[in-house]
Amino acid sequence: MHTIARDAAAPDFLLSVEGLTVSFDGFKAVNDLSFYVDKNEIRVIIGPNGAGKTTVLDLICGRTKATAGSIRFRDIELTRLSENRIVEAGVGRKFQTPSIYEDLTVFENLEISFPRGRSVFGALAFRRDAAVSERIEEIAEMIFLKDHLAERAAFLSHGQKQWLEIGMLLIQDPELLMLDEPVAGMSVAERRKTAELLHKIIVGRSVIVIEHDMKFVEDIAHRVTVLHQGKVLSEGSMERVKNDPKVVEVYLGH
Amino acid sequence: MERIGFLKTSEAVGIAILAALILIVLPLGLDIFRLNLAGKYLTYAFVAIGLVLCWGHGGILSLGQGMFFGLGGYAMAMFLKLEASSPEATKIQSTPGIPDFMDWNQLTELPWFWQPFHSLTLSLVAVVLVPTAFAFLIGTAMFKRRVGGVYFAIITQAIAAILTILIVGQQGYTGGINGITDLRTLKGWDIRTDEAKYVLYFVNAGLLLAAVAAAYFVRQSKLGRILVAMRDKEDRVRFSGYNVANFKTFVFCLAAALSAIGGAMFTLQVGFMSPSFVGIVPSIEMVIYTAVGGRLSILGAVYGTLLVNWAKTSFSESFPELWLLGLGGLFIAVVLAFPNGLAGIYADTIAPRLSRLLRRARPALGGTVPAGAPAE
Repeated sequence: MHTIARDAAAPDFLLSVEGLTVSFDGFKAVNDLSFYVDKNEIRVIIGPNGAGKTTVLDLICGRTKATAGSIRFRDIELTRLSENRIVEAGVGRKFQTPSIYEDLTVFENLEISFPRGRSVFGALAFRRDAAVSERIEEIAEMIFLKDHLAERAAFLSHGQKQWLEIGMLLIQDPELLMLDEPVAGMSVAERRKTAELLHKIIVGRSVIVIEHDMKFVEDIAHRVTVLHQGKVLSEGSMERVKNDPKVVEVYLGH
Repeated sequence: MERIGFLKTSEAVGIAILAALILIVLPLGLDIFRLNLAGKYLTYAFVAIGLVLCWGHGGILSLGQGMFFGLGGYAMAMFLKLEASSPEATKIQSTPGIPDFMDWNQLTELPWFWQPFHSLTLSLVAVVLVPTAFAFLIGTAMFKRRVGGVYFAIITQAIAAILTILIVGQQGYTGGINGITDLRTLKGWDIRTDEAKYVLYFVNAGLLLAAVAAAYFVRQSKLGRILVAMRDKEDRVRFSGYNVANFKTFVFCLAAALSAIGGAMFTLQVGFMSPSFVGIVPSIEMVIYTAVGGRLSILGAVYGTLLVNWAKTSFSESFPELWLLGLGGLFIAVVLAFPNGLAGIYADTIAPRLSRLLRRARPALGGTVPAGAPAE
């Protein structure tokens, strides 16, 4: 079992969130929050609605600017970077509802995420060479969409769209992958495949997942952080968190 | 799918048909007066092509493209006006050697910003550079602050209105409401003769075809797909590592540069430039050309421009008071019934029949299908 209390300056954390606060018109959605994510760890964040889970991901990926506190990723302070720089640093983020380009094909969706030619003129000069096609096919195989590459993304099922977005992140090859409710709205079979997919993709990277489905959480989590009113309520293994009376009271009990 | 260079075969055929129309059919079928009119319409098509990329693909609606058309046109007109205002030609003025409208407004020397327009090279550079730089300024200011959608459209409209007021108000520097008129020669070559009009028509048509090809090139590049992606899910593009503001600024600048070339060709062919091509009304008309042609179709934009302008000329010759109503009605009809414009109608009704016909004809043609590079 991991020990939670560790020296904050320890260099082996991939992500250190310290004293993070964000207030919207005086309401503190995230309040003096600190947590640390190790390399190659799957961390699941759970908590009741309005606990600030999605806001934490928004803060890490730069969509929302922090009022106070720091987010260090490797040796980089993320709170001062623009969104695209945060991506370049190695952070990928999946949104809650599938966020894909419906008018483009699956292939083109994946191609846009391929980490090359991200400047304006780089994009103009970008060539679809063998390396690109091979990588896209490899990822498509992994996300169960190999036979759908030429299809317009609008025609995919809900679950397939979720996988496509995960695939778009994989092609970026981020060191930290953040997934917001990846199995919401999926069928049982799709859930199982998604869990399988997550186990495959964590090799060599850390993952932060927000999820409500406890069965799924137990399946994948190395450690669990429980958020409540913008603060950490409890943290540790699933076993420990499940038996924490505070957690049972605010979240799991009902 | 076969490809010819960066074009799909069907796109290459489409461009070839357009080229045949504007390079052969129109010059043979129209007298020089009508051909000159067609040439004028085609200068608006530059704006429409820019709008296809910027609005149709990128989702950035600008209601102020007239300013770039106008700035390009004014840059050209300033050069021509200086050439027409030689000291000999203007010796009856109290200050010979400056444009007539300056003399009427008691200016006694050429303003500093007119000086570069003595040089044709500098003027041609200014035709493209000034509007593009202006678009860059607007784009950077707006897109970095994440101003988009309706707000951006309104702001472009406001800027177009401001520019018109500025041009009209600064009569001594700009020629005011009349614009810059009485343009005569380009490096000594009289642009008012029929021969010159023919030559200018063909130069314009050639430039337009180049603009069409450039637009296709941008659209088939990854940048073209990123534009569509931004229109769909801007945040996803941002969180895929792209600086969205830069891409929007680029396509807005490209549309501005194309408009400016159209404006300069307008000045050359029509012989004047005035604020009535800069403001809100012409800017919105240009959006209508694009919508009628189909805002996603580069070629559609050209046909839409030709068609609406041809209708405008014929209607306003017979029922001048009804034209504006007709134009408004046309816009409403297109938005409601044919959201993809002429190109949409073509794709839904004519194209399927055509491809069936071609498939039947292809075996007979044998090996004459052009051997293009593989698609991927």
